This record gives sequence, structure tokens and C-alpha cells, in this order.
Amino acid sequence: MQQSNTAILEVKGLSMAFGGIQALNQLDLKVHGGEIVALIGPNGAGKTTFFNCVTGIYTPTAGDVLLTPPGQKTTRLNGLKPNVIAKRGMARTFQNIRLFQNMTVLENVMIGRHCRTSSFILGAIFRPPHTRREEQEIVDHSYAILEKVGLADVVNDFSKNLSYGQQRRLEIARALATEPSLLLLDEPAAGMNPQETQELDKLIRRIRDEGHAVLLIEHDMKLVMNLSDRIYVMDYGRRIATGTPQEVSADPAVIKAYLGESDDA
Amino acid sequence: MNFAEIRRALGVALWFVFLTFPLMVIRVDSIESTIEWRWMNMLWVAVGSFALSLLTSWYFRRREAAVGKVSDKPPLAVRLRTWTADPARRLPLFGALAAFAIVFPFLFSSYQTNIMTTALMYVVLGLGLNIVVGLAGLLDLGYVAFYAVGAYSYALLNTHFGLGFWTVLPIGAALAALFGILLGFPVLRLRGDYLAIVTLAFGEIIRLVLENWNDFSQGPSGISNIERPALFGIELTLNQSITYLYFLMLLMVIITIFVVNRLQDSRIGRAWLALREDDIACQAMGIDKTKTKLTAFALGATWAGMVGVIFAAKTTFINPASFTFLESAIILAIVVLGGMGSILGVIIGAFILILLPEYLRALADYRMLAFGAILVTMMIFRPQGIIANVRRTYQFTRKDA
Ligand SMILES: Nc1ncnc2c1ncn2[C@@H]1O[C@H](COP(=O)(O)OP(=O)(O)OP(=O)(O)O)[C@@H](O)[C@H]1O
Ligand SMILES: [Mg+2]
Repeated sequence: MQQSNTAILEVKGLSMAFGGIQALNQLDLKVHGGEIVALIGPNGAGKTTFFNCVTGIYTPTAGDVLLTPPGQKTTRLNGLKPNVIAKRGMARTFQNIRLFQNMTVLENVMIGRHCRTSSFILGAIFRPPHTRREEQEIVDHSYAILEKVGLADVVNDFSKNLSYGQQRRLEIARALATEPSLLLLDEPAAGMNPQETQELDKLIRRIRDEGHAVLLIEHDMKLVMNLSDRIYVMDYGRRIATGTPQEVSADPAVIKAYLGESDDA
Repeated sequence: MNFAEIRRALGVALWFVFLTFPLMVIRVDSIESTIEWRWMNMLWVAVGSFALSLLTSWYFRRREAAVGKVSDKPPLAVRLRTWTADPARRLPLFGALAAFAIVFPFLFSSYQTNIMTTALMYVVLGLGLNIVVGLAGLLDLGYVAFYAVGAYSYALLNTHFGLGFWTVLPIGAALAALFGILLGFPVLRLRGDYLAIVTLAFGEIIRLVLENWNDFSQGPSGISNIERPALFGIELTLNQSITYLYFLMLLMVIITIFVVNRLQDSRIGRAWLALREDDIACQAMGIDKTKTKLTAFALGATWAGMVGVIFAAKTTFINPASFTFLESAIILAIVVLGGMGSILGVIIGAFILILLPEYLRALADYRMLAFGAILVTMMIFRPQGIIANVRRTYQFTRKDA
């Protein structure tokens, strides 16, 4: 594991309120290059809200989100639009799968290439050589990613016709197509059978080895414990513990959050 | 055919008898002050609706039985594509089509040619709106506004400044695109029903401005004596001009098909589709929603602007009455009936919706009724439109790693 010391993502004091609900409360979090970090917590803890705030879908009420892709300047992401954030190098998947249902599997991934390509109206109409090259590059690159996630034999199917596990992998492929330095996965194993989860484990490691840092939300504890370098645990919008899998699983606050109040509390 | 279906059909028949009773049965003769009871009509309505009801339940039963079973038959669009892919069929088919299109104005009367030109205009309008509604999924009910912008651009620039048709064609297109962007900005955040309402209002605003701003547009009385397009400075007779406009429109249709086809199958085209499918995921994947929406509105409007210029040149007279909501509705119906996002579908839809009412004139008063019935039937039996959109497949050049 070649971890670097610079944090790709640094979140400081992130807070988010929906009316009276404090979904995120002064949350701090860091992800370094080459790391797989997990964010866990009971249902409704605010994990998805954290992703939404970091990726620009919600505007957080307070706090800072700083992204430093390797070899690039640090940018503050608060208030930027989701598409700008994606272009800066952070991509995500969705807990409730959000694929482009009436587009083919390949086209879904091709959409991910959008922010790394540039042809526009005139290019589309007149199709000069560089546009043709770009289109072919989009197709080939997307196909290569689909091979990597194991969807090469369904490239021309509508994404709505895929199985649940395949759809989750397609979401990952689509996010990878944007060339993220940090990949955010929201419950990638949900709905997968043990064998698919096993393959997912391998896939995520491979993604990390190819130079994308990974931050994942997951309820499958076996997967989380095997995979993660570090874990953040949250409950009611707060960070209640952080550390290696061993440290976290021994933490009394974590046990309490997961098992409920004990008698002497 | 079970008992429940027969009972349902009886209910439907009774309901229709009740609904159509005042129209179909009673006839008041106001001169003689008598009432004529046409009981035979009631019988026809009853028998007709009874039979239709049985027919539809039979159809739906058959369709339900087919659900789950994977059909061996690929969709119509795919079958058409494979059928025409063979050059031995393709060449004669397109050749015959092209030949027919070219000889059309010489074979038929100028009245027929005029109707065909109108149909071609709606093909382009449909393909333009298809970009906004079919591809980008933005329900635009005010599309006619851009058509009006094009028509008034030519009418005003021609009557005031004497600018010719060919000069104004690009100006009208650009102005319409500009209006497309103007409409796009305030509706960027809107979706679905809200977007539909605002675009509808936009269309009405443009029409009301044209109707009431007399100094600018001469109000309801409209603008007359607009020049027909000239052919390299040669003055044309009326009949020649009709033929000329027909070929102009034909060329325009070909260009539109070419351009829309290319747009559809490009980086922007895919972004439109993604926006239609899921706008949050689309943004999260790095697509600029604002830019994508505005391009769709602008590019859709461009076609309406150009057809507007041609419309003004064709009729030589325009007034706001040509740009009512009904026009927007017809163009939208073309897109929906033809099949959202499908070029061939929109072309067929335009021909059906524009030519059918013309040739149903024989049915006199029942023309619009028959037209409505055909539309409703179409939507029941093929809700996805005549030609459902199919996605293309791609060739990979695999690099050996
Ligand atoms: N758009 C919203 N409006 C109002 N409340 C919201 C919104 N989104 C999330 N919340 C609330 O914020 C809290 C955190 O929700 P969130 O979806 O982030 O939880 P989670 O940790 O992802 O849970 P799960 O494990 O079930 O996915 C919940 O109480 C939820 O009801
Ligand atoms: Mg969640």
C-alpha cells in the first residue's frame, strides 16, 4: 500500500441542516492517496448526506471541503456545481441506483467521458478528423472500463435490463470514466450475493491499485473490515470514532451505536 | 371472451349512448319547432362501442399474455434498419423515394404541392422540437413562439428594409436561437409540469405581444405583401414559386435529417439523453446542465426560426393567428405520435398529422372526429409512438495491452 501523506480530500467541520434536522454536525474527514477509507454508521446517520454535500448536490450549511488531486492545486469545493466537482477529480455512485435507464450500458459509461472530452455543436455536425478520433477514444476507453468491471458482454443492452449487481458495477464503471482521483461509493454491495461481493472486493482493490483513492459507505461489515485501511464511524451526523478496522471494532462508542443503549447508560 | 368482458362492453356501450345522446339522437328543428328522434343513430353508437370495447379487451388480453415471454421479433425500428441495411434493397428504395419526391410537383397540381410543402415544413418543425422534447426531455409547449420569431423576422425585415429571403434565413435562425436561450434561462431550474406551464406562457406572451404591439407588428391585421423567395434574382410566377418552395423545403428536410442525426449521435446528443434520463446523475458525471439545456433550446428553436422564415415567404401574409397554442400542440403531437427521439418516427408522424386531415376532407364534418379517433387509437396501441427509438451499437478498436 503506497500511501502518500497529502490528503486528496480534506473535510473540516462539515455541517448540514434540513430544517430542524442536523444531518451532519461538525464532521472532519480525510482521505489520502492510495487509501481505501470506509464511512459507516447506522441507518439515517447522515452518510449519504455527507456524499451529497461533498459532491455539490447539496450546499453544506458550514464547513470546508478541500480537494487536492495528486500533482494539482488544492481547491475549495463548497458551492461548486456537481459537474465542476466531477471535473476536478471526484466521482461517485448512488445508493439508489441512478443509471440512464434507456441508454445502453456502453453509452452510460460514455457519459462519464463527457468531462474529459470537448467536441461541441460544429464538431458534432461536421465531424472533422479530431472529433472522430475523440469519439473513437470515448468508445474504446469506455469499453476498456466495462471489460475491467466485467460487463463486456452486455455493452449493447439497455442498462435497465441489467441485474442488480451488474447495475452497481455499471455505476462504478461510469464513475471511473471521469478519471477520478477519488471515487466515492455509496453502498456498492447492497443487493449483491456473497460471490458478487467477493468480486466487488477484488474490483475495489484493483481500482485503488490503479491510482484512485476510494471512500466507501457500506453496511456489509465483512467487506468493510477486509477492505478498509481506515474507518470513520458516524451516528446522528457526528463522527463517533475513527481508526483502523481493529481499533474501530473495539471502540465502545461504536458498539453502543450499533447495538443500542446498554443497561448502565 | 368471458362474461366480465361482455358486461364491461355493455357498460361502455350504455355510457357512450348516454354521452352521445344529445348529439346523435335529438335533432331540434328550430324553424318548424319540432324535435326529430333519430333512434337508428343510437343503435349504431351502441353496437359500435360494444364491438370496439370487446376488441380492445381482446387486444389487451393478448398483449398481457405476451408479457414475460421474450418476443423473438425485434422492435419495428430494428427490423426496418436491418431490412434497409442490405444495399440491394436500400438503393432501389431510396432511389424510388428520391425520384418520387423530385417528380412530385410535376405530377400533381400546385394545390397538392402546396400541401406537401406544408407537410415538409412540419417535418422540420417536428425534428426541431424533437431535440428539445424527445432527446433532452424538456416538455416545451411554446415551441410555436420560435416559429413566430422566424416568420416575423422575415416579414418585418423584408417590408421595412427590403432584405431578401436568403439574407433573412440565417438571421431568422439566429434570432430564434437567441429567443431559445432567452426562454432557457428562466426555466433552467424547472422540470416536468412546471416547465410545460412556463413554456406555454412564453408562447402566449410572444403571440400577445405580436397581437397588441401595433406599431411593431401591425397587430391582428398582420403583415402582407411579403416577397416570395427569388431564384438568383429571377422573378417567378406563382406556380413556379410553389415548385421552388417545395424543392427548398425538400432540401431543408434533407439537411435537417442529416444534422439532427449527427447531433443525436454525438457527445452533446448523449448529454441530452442523459439529462432526460436522470438530471442529478447527469450532473454528477460532469455534464454541465445549464449549457446542455440551453444548447437544446437554442438548437431546437433554430429550426423553427428557419421554417418560420419559409412560412412567411410561402404565404406572403402572416398574422398572430397562425401562431396559437394549437400549432405547438400539433408539433408536439407529431413528436409524440411518431416516437420520441426517433427521426423516422417524427417524419412519419408529420405526414400522418398534416396530410391525414387534408385527405379526410371527404368526411366533411366528421373529419376532426375521425382524426381524433385515429390519434387516440394510436396512443392506445402504440404508446411508444410509431417508431420507438433504438440506441445504436458501436465498433471497438481493441488495443492489445
Ligand atoms: N433532502 C433531505 N431533506 C430532509 N431530510 C433529509 C434529506 N436527506 C436526508 N435527510 C435526513 O438526513 C438524515 C440522514 O440521512 P442519510 O440519507 O444521509 O442517511 P444514511 O446514513 O445514508 O442512511 P442509510 O444507511 O439508510 O443510507 C436522515 O434523518 C434523513 O431523513
Ligand atoms: Mg445512505
